[in-house]
Amino acid sequence: MINQQLSGKEMFLPKSEIQSLIDLLRNDGFTVVGPTIDQEAIVYNEIASVDELPRGWTDRQEPGKYRLQKRGDDACFGFVVGPHSWKKYLFPPLTTVASAEKTEAGWQARTPEPDSTRFAFLGVRACELAAIGIQDRVFTEGTYVDPVYAARRRNAFIIAVNCTQAAPTCFCSSMNTGPRCTSGYDLALTELEDGFVIESGSKEGESLVAGLATQDLTSAQITKADSVRQQAVDQQTRHLDTEGIRDVLLTNLSHTRWEEIGDRCLGCTNCTMVCPTCFCSSVEEVADLSGETVERQRHWDSCFNLSFSYMSHGTTRDRISHRYRQWLTHKLASWHDQFDTSGCVGCGRCITWCPVGIDLTEEVAAIRGDGSASATGGAT
Amino acid sequence: MSTSAGKPKLGVFKFASCDGCQLSLLDAEDHLLDVLGLVDVTYFLEATSHIEDGPYDVALVEGSITTPHDQERIQDIRRQSSFLITIGACATAGGIQALRNWADCDDFIRTVYASPEYISSLATSTAIADHVQVDFELRGCPINQYQLIEVIQSLVAGRKPRTRTHSVCMDCKQRGNVCITVATGEPCLGPVTQSGCGAICPTYNRGCYGCYGPAKQIHAQSLTDHLIGEGAAPAHVVQLLRNFNSGAEPFRDESNRVEALT
Repeated sequence: MINQQLSGKEMFLPKSEIQSLIDLLRNDGFTVVGPTIDQEAIVYNEIASVDELPRGWTDRQEPGKYRLQKRGDDACFGFVVGPHSWKKYLFPPLTTVASAEKTEAGWQARTPEPDSTRFAFLGVRACELAAIGIQDRVFTEGTYVDPVYAARRRNAFIIAVNCTQAAPTCFCSSMNTGPRCTSGYDLALTELEDGFVIESGSKEGESLVAGLATQDLTSAQITKADSVRQQAVDQQTRHLDTEGIRDVLLTNLSHTRWEEIGDRCLGCTNCTMVCPTCFCSSVEEVADLSGETVERQRHWDSCFNLSFSYMSHGTTRDRISHRYRQWLTHKLASWHDQFDTSGCVGCGRCITWCPVGIDLTEEVAAIRGDGSASATGGAT
Repeated sequence: MSTSAGKPKLGVFKFASCDGCQLSLLDAEDHLLDVLGLVDVTYFLEATSHIEDGPYDVALVEGSITTPHDQERIQDIRRQSSFLITIGACATAGGIQALRNWADCDDFIRTVYASPEYISSLATSTAIADHVQVDFELRGCPINQYQLIEVIQSLVAGRKPRTRTHSVCMDCKQRGNVCITVATGEPCLGPVTQSGCGAICPTYNRGCYGCYGPAKQIHAQSLTDHLIGEGAAPAHVVQLLRNFNSGAEPFRDESNRVEALT
């Protein structure tokens, strides 16, 4: 439903109209999901009211550390990204993909109908649009289409928000995924003090805007929107050099840095769980005690788990260093071979939410040997 | 698992423990009758005074070894059991009572008992696996009743039990929990602790106490270095590691290392 012929006209949406936007979507049958404060962080949950948005709050992030902080204003989207990503709605952590029941006539297998919930995601950042684009490739553009993801994705309505600030963990500029939202949305907002610049990215978005009390933009508002969006570019301090990154990593598989990072890495899976593109899962057959009904359950899994590479001869990657190397080389190198894109969008979640603050940009720089790290290992 | 006489015989045996793990079998309520349909319970003093002699196809062993009598009794149970499963942190790692391993047990006995000469106790509390071969260890303080049912069910069906070995972090993330250490600075053992409880404590805003013991291949020092670097007192970190699974080697060794720093 995105990228059709559109007027492309930007309008001004007064702040009070955000509630109308939520109401229109809800009346249209959408489950509106947006940022809200819960458990000392800004997370994504179902919302019904603008009051549930984290107005006046921001996040302070660094490797292994996240804190909420009061802003001096009442901005609705004055933060970057939290521990949740939209992945939890499009690719749920636990799904029953099939079931079977023992009857007198034998086993009766059944495939559940895909979830028909229509989600409207409010507040999708540019890096997250890129992540959804990557998961689209993984789940829907290969030989096998994932019906669970495809159904939820097809029904989703996306309201993007341009970042007006960057955290020290952000590096979307390096990954060429942001901070400006350029495609992949139905509507995009840029927050100003008294309202939003709103633009449509689809016919559905355009018709929704028609139901809102928008105004023509003033030249001052256009200038201000440009300036706050530029702020998100200017504030980015973290950098990942992607030049030839695939070959740099794949020709350094025996670099001493892998063992050093293997000693720091906890193998706890946090980075893969918070990553908006990591897509690994495992499937288990779960029977009831009578053994007469059985469900095939798919749950999120991680390449950091020992059991993940367990095969007939044993565990293939039986050291944490090997598992970290597998994750990083897949994410930044072999993902290109597999999906013709990097697997990283530069959102910085894996840096913030690593309990010991491991920073992939620092690790890549060390392996590249650009002087910012202590390791001196060579290629094999 | 099949036996010539029909259903497998199950014995439940207790050593030094609080009984909580055995109770989780009785707490199975809705599933209890189904479980009893899978096995013949022939020895389970917590549940019934009706006992039958061994041998047992399956022995569930709760508790740690703390007395000379325990040392002999576990050998006897092992001899009579085809498949021996330890249930809970006491049986698997020595339990909270393994804190005596850092103290003088005779001091405790003299302080607590009016006539210490009647007490026959070992200086240490140790895991069942330190004394006999254990076929399967079910972790937790207490164990998760659904995991216990799964283990019994899998044994009867002759398949591998679905008891996952990943960290507590993965359960937190799948529940949508925000990481308590990253977001508040509260120390949590989740990254180095094996799954099993479903991340109960972090779900209620408490750091993980490590009830299910160390996950496989953990780097406890990386976590403790980070916690101390972020301001946690080393003595607090030692207490965190010396809990229900203080006797588990990775927690024991790391607590000793951190203690030496204080």
